Amino acid sequence: MQYLDFEKEVKSLDDKINSAGNKGGASVSEAQSLIKKRDSMLSDIYSKLEPWDIVEVSRHPNRPHTVDYIAGMVSDFVELRGDRMFSDDQAIVGGIGYINERPIMIIGEEKGNDTETRLRHNFGSPKPEGYRKAMRLTKLADKFNLPIVYLIDTAGAFPGKESEERNISASIAESIQACLDVSVPTISIVIGEGGSGGAIAIGVANKVMMLKNSIYSVISPEGCAAILWKSADSKKTAAEALRLTSGDLKKFGVIDEIIEEPLGGAHRDRPATIRNVKAAIDKAFKEMSKLSPEAVKAARWTKFENMTRKI
Amino acid sequence: MNWISDILRPRIKTLFSKIKEVPENLWTPCPKCSTLLYKKNIDEHMNVCSKCDFHMALDRQERFATLFDDKKFTEIEIPDVPADPLDFKDLKKYEARLKDARDETKEKDSASVAFGKIDGSDAVVFILDFAFMGGSMAAYVGEAMISAAKTAIKKKAPLIAITTSGGARMQEGIISLMQMARTTLAVNMVRDAKLPYIMILANPTFGGVSASFAMLGDVEIAEKGAIIGFAGRRVIEQAIKHKLPPEFQTAEYLMQQGDVDLVVHRHGLKSTLSNIIKILMGSK
Repeated sequence: MQYLDFEKEVKSLDDKINSAGNKGGASVSEAQSLIKKRDSMLSDIYSKLEPWDIVEVSRHPNRPHTVDYIAGMVSDFVELRGDRMFSDDQAIVGGIGYINERPIMIIGEEKGNDTETRLRHNFGSPKPEGYRKAMRLTKLADKFNLPIVYLIDTAGAFPGKESEERNISASIAESIQACLDVSVPTISIVIGEGGSGGAIAIGVANKVMMLKNSIYSVISPEGCAAILWKSADSKKTAAEALRLTSGDLKKFGVIDEIIEEPLGGAHRDRPATIRNVKAAIDKAFKEMSKLSPEAVKAARWTKFENMTRKI
Repeated sequence: MNWISDILRPRIKTLFSKIKEVPENLWTPCPKCSTLLYKKNIDEHMNVCSKCDFHMALDRQERFATLFDDKKFTEIEIPDVPADPLDFKDLKKYEARLKDARDETKEKDSASVAFGKIDGSDAVVFILDFAFMGGSMAAYVGEAMISAAKTAIKKKAPLIAITTSGGARMQEGIISLMQMARTTLAVNMVRDAKLPYIMILANPTFGGVSASFAMLGDVEIAEKGAIIGFAGRRVIEQAIKHKLPPEFQTAEYLMQQGDVDLVVHRHGLKSTLSNIIKILMGSK
């Protein structure tokens, strides 16, 4: 596992715990006391994270990604590919399956976790065909009355020549439009990085949630620092100023719920993180199952019409 | 202030600078061809260079005046929105930037909405004006677009939106981003009322504005020579490590790509609009 700068002391304890555990015998009690020490250290570190630290946690390579959530919480998954116009953009992965016996559609941004998969998923930066696939699947879900789960994890839409050539702007706008229009219950969860237009393209839902150490922002702290502070060195200051943490967004009323992460962040216990996300999804769908299709859509429209009016 | 004004080449920056401030008796060079133009001549030509046809910035009051019959229109009041929701400060306080922009433009924020008649037909016009903090998207802009949509629906009139914008307003952070959803919602309201929503993409239109309401028009018009896109030229060039062709992201290029219906000269904008409105509203 990769350790972040502020986790260096945790690493040395983890190493000691591992070697003590391997020895067995009397070292077991030693390991137990080390674990206790490490956990209290983690709890201390994670209770005092600065916004920039949270940015780093949100981008941690060992954090569970869309494909991990699909593998860990969706049964009988069938991946549905392509935008039927240009190609299949694997920066967005989607398909149908069950979450706790409930048939659903799941659509998420995927960054990949090694060189090969990162390239395949374009580092999680979708092109127009990605958003057009998301839109196609959104409409498909509406037709078959499948509630939709969107997972957001992107640095942003891909800023390349081909994106402009195929009208990335329109693809994002139309994806937002489709997300507003469906009559099925929808949940959008920021699982890592919620990067600007690339995020909100699949972020307009009945319930919007964030994992505790994820971020959601109009621009990356680095980009903001370069433009407003004229120096990338001000990224920490920019991270603070942008108010991009889950706590801030909950306060602004931009998100409905914060999903807790295990001690030391999602990357330290991926199965527990996935369980928490699954439970939050199940609870929200249960709540919304009582609403008529018209009421589900109306609730979403009212929510976004009123959003940011009072803070 | 806003990413486009800082990232685009300084040469382009000068193109957006205000021509209006030049005293009556002075000549001013066209930002593109450098021909010295007489102030009165610029006014008469709707800020279009009479030599090279370059379309200079046109502020919102002038825009309204060029579109509405007899220059008569009524601006609608936009409900108040939270001021400085993030309590944002970079090298300067957002509050101070807002105050400067208000003093300079005599406008409340980057968007304005007015209704009136275009060649005798009722119309609601929404304008996003680059002169105010780069025409950036703020809570006020979402509110203005929703007000514009509701006014159009109430008056059973088409909604016309004209944009000049660099995209998001960073000083409003996530609040700015949410306006992509809210302005799109406004478009959906007008669509459900089966009223025309006509977009005029003027110079420049970028970022979160392009990627929301600006690309959802029933008819998409680009003003001649306008630069329109999602990411700025320099951002893309840095990403792909080579130069882009000069016509990239121009109105004419977008038409060729199939992204807009037509490219219109500012002098023909009103008659084009009025024709489209009459045809689309004719069957109603």
